[in-house]
Amino acid sequence: MATFHLNINGSEKTVDVDPSTPLLWVLREELKLTGTKYGCGISACGACTVHVAGIATRSCVVPVDLIGDRPIVTIEAIGKDPVGRAVQNAWIEKDVVQCGYCQSGQIMSAVALLKDTKKPTDKNIEESMGGNLCRCATYVRIREAIKRASQQLG
Amino acid sequence: MQPALKGENDLSLNRRSFLQVTTAAAGGLLVSLYLPRITSAQQPPAPKVYPPDAFIHIATDGKINITVNRLEFGQGVQTSLPMVLADELDADWSQVTAELAPAADVYKDPLFGMQMVGGSGSIAHSFQQYRELGAKTRAMLVAAAADRWQVAANQCRTENSVVYGPNNRSARYAELANDAARKLVPDKVALKNASEFRLIGKPVKRLDSPAKCDGSQKFGLDLDLPGMKIAVVAHPPVFGARVKTVDDREARALAGVRDVFEMPLEKGTGVAVVADRFWTAKRARDLLKIDWDLTGLERPDTAELRAKYKQLATTTGNVAATRGDEKALDRIPQPNRIVAEYEFPYLAHAPMEPLNATVNFQGDKAEAWVPSQFQTMDQVIIAQALGLKPDQVTFHTEFAGGGFGRRATTDSHVPKEAAVIAKRFRDTPIKLIWTREDDVRGGYYRPMHAHRIEIGLGPDGMPSAWRHVIVGQSLLAGTPFAMMIKNGVDETAVEGTADTSYNIPNFHVSVHHPTVNVPVLWWRSVGHTHNAFVMETLIDELATRARVDPIAYRKKLLKADAKKLHSVLDLLDQKSAWRKNLAAGRAVGISSHESFETAVACAVEVSIENKRPKIHRATVAVNCGLAVNPLSVESQFQGGLGFGVLQLMAQGAITLKDGRVEQRNFDGYTPAYIIDAPSAVDVHIVPSTEAPTGCGEPPVPVISPAVVNALSILTGKRYRTLPLVSV
Amino acid sequence: MLKRPQRCGVFVVVTIFAICVSLSITEASKSRRENQAAGLAAWDKVYSVLTSPRCINCHTATNYPQQGDDRHRHFANVIRGPEGKGVAALNCVSCHQERNADSTGVPGGHNWHLAPLSMQWQDLNDRPLSSSAVCRAVTDRSRNNNMDGAALLKHHTEEQLVLWAWNPGRRPDGSLRTLPPISHQEFVAATRTWVEAGTPCPKGR
Repeated sequence: MATFHLNINGSEKTVDVDPSTPLLWVLREELKLTGTKYGCGISACGACTVHVAGIATRSCVVPVDLIGDRPIVTIEAIGKDPVGRAVQNAWIEKDVVQCGYCQSGQIMSAVALLKDTKKPTDKNIEESMGGNLCRCATYVRIREAIKRASQQLG
Repeated sequence: MQPALKGENDLSLNRRSFLQVTTAAAGGLLVSLYLPRITSAQQPPAPKVYPPDAFIHIATDGKINITVNRLEFGQGVQTSLPMVLADELDADWSQVTAELAPAADVYKDPLFGMQMVGGSGSIAHSFQQYRELGAKTRAMLVAAAADRWQVAANQCRTENSVVYGPNNRSARYAELANDAARKLVPDKVALKNASEFRLIGKPVKRLDSPAKCDGSQKFGLDLDLPGMKIAVVAHPPVFGARVKTVDDREARALAGVRDVFEMPLEKGTGVAVVADRFWTAKRARDLLKIDWDLTGLERPDTAELRAKYKQLATTTGNVAATRGDEKALDRIPQPNRIVAEYEFPYLAHAPMEPLNATVNFQGDKAEAWVPSQFQTMDQVIIAQALGLKPDQVTFHTEFAGGGFGRRATTDSHVPKEAAVIAKRFRDTPIKLIWTREDDVRGGYYRPMHAHRIEIGLGPDGMPSAWRHVIVGQSLLAGTPFAMMIKNGVDETAVEGTADTSYNIPNFHVSVHHPTVNVPVLWWRSVGHTHNAFVMETLIDELATRARVDPIAYRKKLLKADAKKLHSVLDLLDQKSAWRKNLAAGRAVGISSHESFETAVACAVEVSIENKRPKIHRATVAVNCGLAVNPLSVESQFQGGLGFGVLQLMAQGAITLKDGRVEQRNFDGYTPAYIIDAPSAVDVHIVPSTEAPTGCGEPPVPVISPAVVNALSILTGKRYRTLPLVSV
Repeated sequence: MLKRPQRCGVFVVVTIFAICVSLSITEASKSRRENQAAGLAAWDKVYSVLTSPRCINCHTATNYPQQGDDRHRHFANVIRGPEGKGVAALNCVSCHQERNADSTGVPGGHNWHLAPLSMQWQDLNDRPLSSSAVCRAVTDRSRNNNMDGAALLKHHTEEQLVLWAWNPGRRPDGSLRTLPPISHQEFVAATRTWVEAGTPCPKGR
């Protein structure tokens, strides 16, 4: 066990965990931030995506001891960000979700895309969202919602 | 307004006001009006008769909470059923909230007699039920208002949670709820005409959307209870294997591990690890050294099974459908005959939320939290495992991250594992988590299948004789539903073929159900997954051979009374004008299929990119009777098509070698990502006032045959072996 | 007659000189050939490392990296991106951190990225290029980031992602990833020999 001071959603959290624990489980079990989901544990589905220093990161494969002092933002706080808020609104407007389990990760990836590329093409969307699985296959509306958010952000 | 203080009389009145609706198979259905009570020290709280308030709560602040007798796992029923009720209730939709019902008799599916989601029946079976609940509740509110104003009920009308009477009088439902609760529930009540619907048939956005976009929606796996422990189980590497010896010293040495023990499983035995945290439990499981006893176990091997199935398919099986002359085929000259052999792999459901169940055993009672498609079944089996009666188990239905049939098991093996573990940890909630690896390797797959078809064509290019043999494990054999197997035919293996609406005069379908040591289960759209693929690729091949437009050919071959299928083919023809004008390197594939009483036709535009099919667009025509929520129907079809693409993925197969599953996670068993699913899907609904039929499963069967029909145009090859390893 | 001996002397001198020169040319040529042979032999060792999965998996000709000893396409649609670092939301560093993550089986190292397409050591069908083709690519200063022999030696000796190949960490199942066929020390020694021989490349396509 070791103590880590994590900068999460703008505030410092202290956790005492096995250093090999992936960030995902620290968020879910220690900090009760269960919006970030476990889907595969091998970074193949993207349900666990959070932002670490602004980079969309698969929290299921990153042990907490590799995080350092980089700030972490999760789905619970992405709405405070204007791009995050726009993406969430577009998701609701386009009625994207079905079971909803993957959508935290989809939204976190979409926000990372839009922060990088304001006017994403279909190809940009396919590439950047390419690793986020949705078993309900809400992909058509994910495309529409990303374009809608981009439009809203101007 | 505050509701009046309620006393004992009120309670008895309240109970008497429970609505009794008798339906064919379900026993009683109850409705009640729940009113928040102001309790005082003098007034002991009323004993909780379970369930005291079954479907509708009207709160004093005007909020109307509707209880949904289904699991919400993406299909949108947590919005659609409240819409139905709220429409007949004339409720203010902006004030409606919804919650999932716990397990109870009152919430059983009116047709199936158990509480469940399956057979695409959530709307189809509860539409009438929820309309009546809404209409009767409305009648009671109107009666209360009429009494208050001393007018006749028919002088009142309702709108947006308000009753309006003569002389500009009005009262909000929240004000009337208390009085309404004392009214007798009417036996019969008039339902709205379709023209009066305000919600039904209109596109309504999901109620659960905001919570699913900000991480606040809790799923079963998100449950967090005081003192809760996490359990994982080391499952056998071959189905049914038993633990011979286990060295758990390293596992036990990890800080936070609470127990490690051998436990019985549905098949064989396993080793449970219970820890404070998931990561500890998982690491401890990785450290177990288990010697497994495989004695006497069949060790299935995909290559061997394929050979065996292929051989079996050359012999006649148990007769599933027969009409016309069985020898007619033999009289058709060889050049007019086609022989086709198909192969389908095992498929895992792999819902996004890994399987889980939480159980807290408290001696003479227990509480369970399960994202379950079979609530009352799971409740019974948890009770059995704990030595309790079902009504001693309070069963909470948790939101599920998908399911597709995987959370509807007849042996409830996942909740049962949780119960067996919880029994050792009295008064400690145990959350059992199946890792993705457990899920991919854990069985309960869509069965592997082989089909062999011999077709004889008439001089008009239409099939006049059809001999079809299907090979695949029975889903129902060995389950409580085994009595549904008739004359050795499990209908779930032949649905979509034996009952085809194509008019083939000499038509014979038989089936073999081999026994294999691999647990199998219904997978979204069940038998239609393979049967629609076979039928729709063959019919397409025949249309090509006859040089007839694939839509026209299908219409010509369909029985005249297949009205729904005709309607969707006509609508598809209208809506897919784009198919006449395709860019170079692109082709259009057509398919149509009816399942769960919903007919679907689709056209897909396909090219080949990076040696894979690229689905540029799909146009879908649907006849699902009255579309209760067209927005939700559209979602189900857009998504259901993408779900069905799994059948075409290069890694869309579970295979076994020496009894062991070869895939372990999404890197080896790969469903459709965004690049694999159709880029755009436009959905067109045939206008209808007929009873609504299911939309969860019918989208799935049509996509894969449509795509390979397009590929066949591009490559000249026919695709009869899935997964589609190469184009 | 005087002239004759002179001539003779000149002849002798010339002859001796010629013999000497000829001897010296033979010596040089022999030594150069040996050097060349040693260099090529060293290159073979270098090539065996470059085409081992730990190295070649990120020197693809396609828009994706590979993984595993069978060099299969990286899962989850991971792609190259404009700078070889993936794309927004699916960057290499979305998973690959500064160090190996042994508890989850994800390898890591500083600035994890794909080699540029100019340094592709495979064809479009994911088959390793021939020894001569890889050698030409590695020694072509218009393609190799303008590295001369000394710079190549330094790159093989110090570059963190090169060093990673000998410390590739654990797979998700806990087993150790396989290493290149020779040690890093041998790899550096082979590179030095090859560089000192003038970075010779085998003939052929």
